[in-house]
Amino acid sequence: MAFDTEPKRDFKVVGRRVARPDGIDKVTGRALYGADMSAPGMLMGAILRSPHAHAEIVSIDVTAAVALDGVKAVVTGADFADAMDAATADVRDNCLARGKVLYDGHAVAAVAAASGAIARAALDLIKVEYRVLPSVTDVDLAMRADAPVVQAGRAVEVVPVGLSENVTDHCEFGHGDPEAGFAAADLVIDRSFTTAATHQGYIEPHACLASMGPDGKADLWCTTQGQWAVRTACSAILGMRASQLRVTASEIGGGFGGKTTVFIEPVALALSRKAGRPVKIVMSRTEVFRATGPTVASSIDVKIGMTKEGRITAGTATLRYTGGAFPCGTVAMGAQAAFAAYDLAAVRTFGWNALTNRPKEAAYRAPGAPQAIYAVESVVDELCQKLALDPLEVRLLNAAREGTRSSYGPTFEAIGLEATLEAAKAHPHYAAPLAAGQGRGLSCGFWFNFGGNTSVSLTINTDGTVGITEGNPDIGGSRAAISQMAAEELGIPYEQVRTVIADTSSLGHNDVTDGSRVTFAVGLAVIKAARDAIAKMCARVARIWGIDPEAVEWVDGAARPTGPNAGTFPPMTLAEIAALSFKTGGPIAGHHESNADGAGVSFGVHLVDVEVDRETGATKVLRYTVFQDAGKAVQPDYVEGQMQGGAVQGIGWALNEEYIHDAEGHLLNPGFLDYRVPVASDLPPIEAVILEIPNPGHPYGVRGVGETPIVPPLAAIANAVSRAAGVRLTALPMSPPRVLKALTAQG
Amino acid sequence: MRYARPETATEAVGLLANEAGVTRVLAGGTDVLVQLRAGSVTPDLIVDIKRIAGLRAITPEAGGFRIGAAVSGAELGEHAALCALWPGVVEGCNLIGSTQVQGRATMAGNLCNGSPAADAVPGLVAAEATARIEGPTGPRECAVADIPTGPGKTAVQRDEIVTSIFLPARPARSGDAYLRFIPRTEMDIAVASAAVNLTLATDGTIAAARVVLGAVAPTVVLVTEAATALIGNRPDAATLATLQAACSAACNPIDDKRGTAEFRTQVAGVLAKRATLIAYARAGGSL
Repeated sequence: MAFDTEPKRDFKVVGRRVARPDGIDKVTGRALYGADMSAPGMLMGAILRSPHAHAEIVSIDVTAAVALDGVKAVVTGADFADAMDAATADVRDNCLARGKVLYDGHAVAAVAAASGAIARAALDLIKVEYRVLPSVTDVDLAMRADAPVVQAGRAVEVVPVGLSENVTDHCEFGHGDPEAGFAAADLVIDRSFTTAATHQGYIEPHACLASMGPDGKADLWCTTQGQWAVRTACSAILGMRASQLRVTASEIGGGFGGKTTVFIEPVALALSRKAGRPVKIVMSRTEVFRATGPTVASSIDVKIGMTKEGRITAGTATLRYTGGAFPCGTVAMGAQAAFAAYDLAAVRTFGWNALTNRPKEAAYRAPGAPQAIYAVESVVDELCQKLALDPLEVRLLNAAREGTRSSYGPTFEAIGLEATLEAAKAHPHYAAPLAAGQGRGLSCGFWFNFGGNTSVSLTINTDGTVGITEGNPDIGGSRAAISQMAAEELGIPYEQVRTVIADTSSLGHNDVTDGSRVTFAVGLAVIKAARDAIAKMCARVARIWGIDPEAVEWVDGAARPTGPNAGTFPPMTLAEIAALSFKTGGPIAGHHESNADGAGVSFGVHLVDVEVDRETGATKVLRYTVFQDAGKAVQPDYVEGQMQGGAVQGIGWALNEEYIHDAEGHLLNPGFLDYRVPVASDLPPIEAVILEIPNPGHPYGVRGVGETPIVPPLAAIANAVSRAAGVRLTALPMSPPRVLKALTAQG
Repeated sequence: MRYARPETATEAVGLLANEAGVTRVLAGGTDVLVQLRAGSVTPDLIVDIKRIAGLRAITPEAGGFRIGAAVSGAELGEHAALCALWPGVVEGCNLIGSTQVQGRATMAGNLCNGSPAADAVPGLVAAEATARIEGPTGPRECAVADIPTGPGKTAVQRDEIVTSIFLPARPARSGDAYLRFIPRTEMDIAVASAAVNLTLATDGTIAAARVVLGAVAPTVVLVTEAATALIGNRPDAATLATLQAACSAACNPIDDKRGTAEFRTQVAGVLAKRATLIAYARAGGSL
């Protein structure tokens, strides 16, 4: 069902800015988020967290807490199952520590009590004896042979011996001979960069309600990006069979990748199992910062050679990432993405991951790519400056295109990078004059995108409306987009379709809402489910008309006779067929289950103007334009929202957001006051320019759009600030003290 | 934890004096509630002073204004005559928190919280404001400048409450201004700040000046050398350079998550320079 095998169609519903189905619920407060669920007899849970960044747990004495009036259960890591795969065991040990605490805020024990106040009071009664160990939070220090070892024996086989035991992962990608490429260059620049760990910053803290009966059957309501992933992790950690646990996803207040794993859900289930009562846990904002996943922190070296005409002759990068206290493979994605925008004869990237005493990394939009591309695009920009070349022309000259062997191996199919660059070049923003003290920055961005496992059900209701049951929590407008694609395929109005998100007992497995996969993969599945339902409706009509099913076609929401021997019958609409369904064979529904390929990679280009206050180091973002290939924009408002949202998160990451630790590894800024996401008044209007280069892998040409927009902002802003300041900034965030120091050093 | 809502200042002082445990005085609550939520304090008694007669009033007095301790930032910002007389004081108070916080936050509370970074305090000190403090032996008057004694510490005793702040009358050709540096544009706490209060002579030179810095020392700093640099001059480049250097020299900041000592020292001087130009223009001066 590739795009080029589809009949050309004029879209009637897809591409329209339809009303969002969750809008009224969200503005009136009717929408039920994670913390809104409650149950009769419910207890409140609270979690005791480590005050140390690294310590051995010598003993935990819960006697006094258990004895407190109103306390119904206390659990520790010993209440979880022992046998499971290593990755799930890491998730388990992150939910409640075993043996050692690995970062400031690591959960140690939990209490369920008649009220939140009693539960919190009980936490103070739990006596934990720690033997404090030396800690390390900096990735470069953690890789040194003399660094404190966070966890021993965790390195994968390809990691060379003789390094610190903190080094867990190593990878290498590329082709060609970089040394020969550098020798052919007119200018080679070699620079080192650092990026701070940042948090996804979703507004809704993690929250869940768990209820387990004495027979071991359990229900879990939680805010998540994937209820099946929650079920898989929790059933393993609790030692349950999957069928015994039903997980229902609430409305979700932002995730950005951070809600693709579990933190409190297994704890609430363990407490409920022990107490015999429903248990609710709601994280505070402080807990969200201390104990849920930030992105990796990184240290990156990039070397690029360029001819004086602007052709890149070779590029290499060494990326050192830390995903916190547990092994983390994110660096492999950074190492693959680093040079993806370029058509290179010689390219090589090396990735390393090291353990540090930081919270366990969780995915954050295009994990690993923003850091790598920030470093590469900074060096490309500096080469353009030193060779007096136009940065957009240089990118066009070197751009990856259809047929390019990518820096990470595969050969690209139809991609939109060149068209996106041309759109940026033609846009008035690129030619607008700049005043003194202002700078313009540019960066390309790339993300792989993903398809994955999907199961959907589409029912034809007897009143002619359509219900869709799908399994991916809606974090970016997917319910609207899915309804639009179903309406398009069925030939009925959008308003006739309602999409709901099912629990884990109502559908087959669905992968988490990640990899920008939902509009692509669930959309594809819904189109196929609609075609399944259409085939069934045509068969019903064929029976009514007494002709072959092949002699019935579906046009504009109705069955019509087709072919020389079909005879003449007036079209039967979906509503008419639905109304007769009980008499023609029973209810009508369409289904589709698949593991989708063909997601189609995605490119974007960001253009930004900034002004730097030379006396304070403060950066003001003046103008921002995002160009991105959406394949086909199903609901353009949501596509623009993704593009603007990525830019905004990137602005925060570039300018102010960072995890700040003291020398002992304590997190100093676990709150929105000192972890500075941008506020509305920090931001200019962000113009979003959507390009539509159809994805060959989707019947409507749809490409995922959710992750690529966070990739270019770091470099685009760094390039703009560096040009405005007249000095190259190589560390993120470019906070005012850091920029002022660079300006002062420059004199 | 008990909550009391007295109707007179005497009653409030009596409640505080008779409480052996931890007490907190609640005006807007924008600091007290944050402390409660963070678990940094668990008071035995909270005394809400908003119901005390006169504490929600802005009253003209001797050419200036007496501002009740429970008057919110939003109410200050809507008082045209007060804004006309002391624009720098009001703009400082109006920078605290968000629009929602402005509906609650008070100048007196900002003062009594004892933060070196308090946005309302530099402007009050530059204005030579005084606070009226009710205690067991009756009311006393105290210069606002003498109230902060260190981070989280003030000269207001545990059995005393500030009932009002008095902003005096001022001569013609006067103006004041407040600027702070934050990494964002709002919803933040000052990394460094400066308030400047000027009165001009008829020839446009500066006749009187007070320059006060915030967030660069354990308490706000009155920089007399900076005022000396201004008096007798116009704020030309040379004068401002002297002022800027004097301000930076007066800083004694710390390194913390909000900014380095070096950064605060540098930026405090820049803010003082920029605030001087605003205050000068407000006083009717032109360069």
